[in-house]
Amino acid sequence: MAAGVGKTYRMLQEGRVALEEGRDVVIGYLEPHERQDTIAQARGLEVVPHLHTQHGTLELNEMDVDAVIRRAPELALVDELAHTNAPEMRNEKRYQDIDEILDAGIDVISTVNVQHLESLNDEVAELTGVRVRETFPDRILEEADEVVLVDLTPEALQERLRAGKIYKQDRAEAALLNFFTGENLSRLRELALREVAEDVESRRMHTILDPLSQQAIAERVLALVEPQPKSQRIMRRAWRSAERLGAQMDAIWVRKPGYTPTEEEQVSLAALRRLSVILGAHFLEEEGESLVDTVRRVAYERGTTYVFVGTPDESRRREVLRGSLLSALVRELPGIDIRVVANRAERPEPER
Amino acid sequence: MRLFPRRLPKRRHGQPRILVPFSGSLDETVLDAAIRVAKAEDAVLVPAYLLVLPLSLAEDSPAHDQVKLAMPLLEAVEHAALRAGVPVDARIEKGRTLTHAVKRLWEAEDFDRIVAPAPANGREGFTPKDLAWLLTNSPTETLVLKPAA
Repeated sequence: MAAGVGKTYRMLQEGRVALEEGRDVVIGYLEPHERQDTIAQARGLEVVPHLHTQHGTLELNEMDVDAVIRRAPELALVDELAHTNAPEMRNEKRYQDIDEILDAGIDVISTVNVQHLESLNDEVAELTGVRVRETFPDRILEEADEVVLVDLTPEALQERLRAGKIYKQDRAEAALLNFFTGENLSRLRELALREVAEDVESRRMHTILDPLSQQAIAERVLALVEPQPKSQRIMRRAWRSAERLGAQMDAIWVRKPGYTPTEEEQVSLAALRRLSVILGAHFLEEEGESLVDTVRRVAYERGTTYVFVGTPDESRRREVLRGSLLSALVRELPGIDIRVVANRAERPEPER
Repeated sequence: MRLFPRRLPKRRHGQPRILVPFSGSLDETVLDAAIRVAKAEDAVLVPAYLLVLPLSLAEDSPAHDQVKLAMPLLEAVEHAALRAGVPVDARIEKGRTLTHAVKRLWEAEDFDRIVAPAPANGREGFTPKDLAWLLTNSPTETLVLKPAA
């Protein structure tokens, strides 16, 4: 709902319960804000060390995503989902870090205030007069297994603020006059309650539908790309099909272990990543000796139903010696449609 | 007579790159001129459709509706260039304004020349103010082409 209601505390409580149940739990990132209750709650939980970066005179702490994935716990606690990372981090937003952790098979509990939800951005600005800059896409909430509302009455929250439990005294007074007015807090509380109620309703509808039918109709598209100009076209064509099918879209680049892309390839990869953000697709980079094996693993992990691949640049000799990529994909991906994205400019001129 | 499919031009390492930023539509005469420039300079054409993301949306929001308009146009531009034997490396870029989007492009990639369509009455795209900004701030030689009347 808002800063200070006790989200981090609740997240840590859930983590402790999981730990006591015998699950392997770590703190991926914690923003303790020097709150004693929170610090006490975190005691005894393993913390993956943060990354420290210098931004001008500011020292910033960021989550070390790779370290969390290397540590491979069953559950990672990651505070502040809507946070914007320091410029030199791989991902711009923490929710993208969380996506990577989830993709590695690690469960995540995270925290966020309702005003950061993208679809509510306008409404929050209208209600409170404050435009929230750090937002996260609604899909994150939709994909969550469970959404827990940490609720507190506006009066109780203001009381906590006055008691210095949220911010230091000087900042608390300013906050009470600005964002933390009774009216603003009531409106945010109402928004939070409504969002969670809608989420519960939508989950109920999902369970009413037969899960088998769901599985049968769900489509997911995977575009195989390389750091080459033609991959832009493959992604665009895959996206158009995904739109028609109402499908989610992934794009994947498989690189050989230890391979470092050239400068030109890095520019192409960055352009593909930017395109996938615009298209709302997930861009995956995987290492693998065999393209086909890696694609097969990812396709089954992500429930892919269509694979889009560009016209292979294989020479006839290579095809004879090593076999064709397309035949291998058809053979190794039973139950998945394969579509070859041709370059329509290569079509022969019509006969006259 | 049946013509065989042509072999498409392959992009060579270190080939010059010509950025053609546009939005809404791209006038055919401007496109023809850009293709001729690219051909004469043995360059890669980078047509870039620019999207404007309203301030009410986060910068990393997908832009589905605008992308739907961009797709067929980019395909048509790609075909025209490839049929003329010019290698293409198309882009879609977004920003808070058209100039913000184009700035993002040249910050992310190197270009040897920019070919921008001049404003046309009643059409979407760069305004005279945008072009003045482009000419002042562009990191490379910029050519402004006037659309057909």
